[in-house]
Amino acid sequence: MKLKEIIEKLNLIVIVEANSDREISDAYASDLLSDVMGNAREGQIWITMQTHKNLGAIASLKDLPAIIIIGNNIPSSDLIDYAKENSIAILSTNSTCYQTCGRLWNLLKNNDIQS
Amino acid sequence: MIFKADLHIHTVLSPCGDLEMSPSAIIETARLKGLDIIGITDHNSTLNADITRKIGEKNGIFVLMGAEVQTIEEVHCLCFMPNSEKLGLFQQFLDENIIKIPNDVNNFGYQLVVDEFENILGEIPFFLVSSLKLSIEEVSKMVYELDGIFIPAHVDRPFMSLSSQLGFVPPDLKFDILELSRSGLLNNFPKTNNFFENYAYITSSDSHYLKDIARVYTEIELDGIDFYKLKRALELKKVKPIINENNRFTYY
Repeated sequence: MKLKEIIEKLNLIVIVEANSDREISDAYASDLLSDVMGNAREGQIWITMQTHKNLGAIASLKDLPAIIIIGNNIPSSDLIDYAKENSIAILSTNSTCYQTCGRLWNLLKNNDIQS
Repeated sequence: MIFKADLHIHTVLSPCGDLEMSPSAIIETARLKGLDIIGITDHNSTLNADITRKIGEKNGIFVLMGAEVQTIEEVHCLCFMPNSEKLGLFQQFLDENIIKIPNDVNNFGYQLVVDEFENILGEIPFFLVSSLKLSIEEVSKMVYELDGIFIPAHVDRPFMSLSSQLGFVPPDLKFDILELSRSGLLNNFPKTNNFFENYAYITSSDSHYLKDIARVYTEIELDGIDFYKLKRALELKKVKPIINENNRFTYY
């Protein structure tokens, strides 16, 4: 499913627009950057409550096209700057991590979810 | 001259700090163990640091006054201030930015402010081992605005550290030097993680009990002790982490 369809169906707020036409089939939810660095896979959407700039470095390193920031947390301005420069979509929702993961799972479950 | 420094020591103000960790007892123990310099680093509070400095002055121990700050990423960082005035400003900054959750004394322990004679002057009602609402970069920036020393703590630890929470050293993070735990020093952590390979390190005991003080420490080359000479020596990496084999082994 294309990222833009996910944004529409989950009613996500777009803070930084990027990778709208990229095909997404999987996601990774974690607030520990070292865990994401170790275990996320290329092309996954990253779901987290963290908002600081170092998210950007990890998303670049792992080629994660989008970050969904849950629970109405506001991304820091230096994260937004980094994401614009490096083409990472920053999306926001007032839903909790559990709700967001559940909805995304339902949306993607007909696709071929890895692992 | 070479001075012995253990820059990471908790007092009775930290809920996890043993009740024997009074400023007077810490200074006495530091003196017995031959330390020249200690750091007072309670979790997110500086309130026992100035009294420890005063007792230290009378006993020939130089005390770096500071706190072990927990950032929003849950990374622990040692922050030291050059004088009592800046320490007061830093304490205000901590009070304004800590997430205030009531302390459950039965589960976490007492958080006591004490005087030289171990009289209890006050008790902190909110849990000190909580996070500030600020990122590690924001905390570092504040420390340098106050002319302080900033040292990411026990960077090798599998929790509450740069390596566990971020996995790397942010390239534009400003700091004076990095700290290794005893275990990180024994296992030569910098050689096992290439994100942490090319840095200079101190090591400290992270003592919560008197018996742990100086079980590891750092030798620092100085031509006399004051805050700015110390800061300069850290910047110039005139440091050597030491394992004190005469002390007992425990993890971190």
